[in-house]
Amino acid sequence: MIENLLDPTVLFFLVGIIAGISRTDIRLPEAIYEMLSIYLLLAIGLKGGVQLATANLSTVLVPSVGAIGLGLIIPAIAYPILRRLGKFSRADAAAIAAHYGSVSAVTYAVVLTFLDRLGISYEEYTTVLLVLMEIPAIAVGILIARVKAARGPVSYSKLAHEVFFGKSIYLLVAGLLVGYALGPVGIAPVKLVFFDPFKGALAFFLLEMGLVVSNRLVDLKRTGLFLVFFGMAMPVFSATLGILAAWGVGLSVGGTTVLATLAASASYIAAPAAMRIALPEANPTLYLTAALGVTFPFNVVVGIPLYYWMATLIY
Amino acid sequence: MERRKKLTIVTEAALETTLVEDIERLGAKGHTVFEVGGKGAHGARKGDWDQNRNIQIDVICDDKVAERITEHCAANYYQHYAMIIYLSDVEVLRPEKF
Repeated sequence: MIENLLDPTVLFFLVGIIAGISRTDIRLPEAIYEMLSIYLLLAIGLKGGVQLATANLSTVLVPSVGAIGLGLIIPAIAYPILRRLGKFSRADAAAIAAHYGSVSAVTYAVVLTFLDRLGISYEEYTTVLLVLMEIPAIAVGILIARVKAARGPVSYSKLAHEVFFGKSIYLLVAGLLVGYALGPVGIAPVKLVFFDPFKGALAFFLLEMGLVVSNRLVDLKRTGLFLVFFGMAMPVFSATLGILAAWGVGLSVGGTTVLATLAASASYIAAPAAMRIALPEANPTLYLTAALGVTFPFNVVVGIPLYYWMATLIY
Repeated sequence: MERRKKLTIVTEAALETTLVEDIERLGAKGHTVFEVGGKGAHGARKGDWDQNRNIQIDVICDDKVAERITEHCAANYYQHYAMIIYLSDVEVLRPEKF
């Protein structure tokens, strides 16, 4: 655990949280946040695409099915828990459930740097799994809400556009395709921009995330204890499902840790944007505080080493 | 100089595309969007990240269009979204533009 805390990204994250709590006047300009998030998403996609270029594509198929399955199952399990134990309204429960089935690209980047630091290899196609897991859970969440609480019309074309052409999916897929097309040799000229500074940029981004997270912590008082408990218990449960799925499709220890982390992570870019359009009656404070205020820091600091440890148990 | 209404909407950035479409459909000939921050019934919105940004849309139009847009917003967005609308009188130099 202490080992994990001595990672630059984790330390920068803690620095950001403390800065936010102690009300320092650090505030990254909006444009820098925007630039960093575009850079990170594109770089994650490119890196994944280049790795994919050296992989045998037929090996991607079975793990892909496993990843999509996780994206469909997790919200279906989370919904009744949130409804019965958490006593949330149907719309709130469905929206939170969708966030937990969907994934966080930044958490994914953190688990990769964690594995790189320990020198543990993972399958080349894990970025494909990241992309595949982003959408199904959002669809399931909306479906649950529509079936359980029929209400006014939703513009599905606008929603589909938001989901498929939202910036996170678009940049990840674009990076993946460009990286795949270029391969390890073709990417060389831009390597200096997209690969070498990646970890520094990620650390810087985590500083900003720390500031954002500390602003959400204030809302914890309003959202209640159950959501704090859920925000930490649900990822551990989802990670366990992820490990079982990874074991079932035959991933390595590294790949298992990645899939477990993907299953455990909660979306805070694609899912909130989609939910605001599809389920306006769901309270954004609830899902944002859970995904960003509880689960994201939990995964970054405690979760990832825990899931790695759990993965080593079955190998 | 002629008198027109300036309609100001302060709301969540998530609504920008939808709202701009609505405004044009309801008869406005143009609009201006600003990124803003502040605090209200939905808590502080500092604009520090995507889902926490607010926008302000200013529309200069005649009374009828202003009324149509206000009614449309009240019916469709007031209940679930953070939204403030207010009107003011302005004088314009080129009335044919609005």
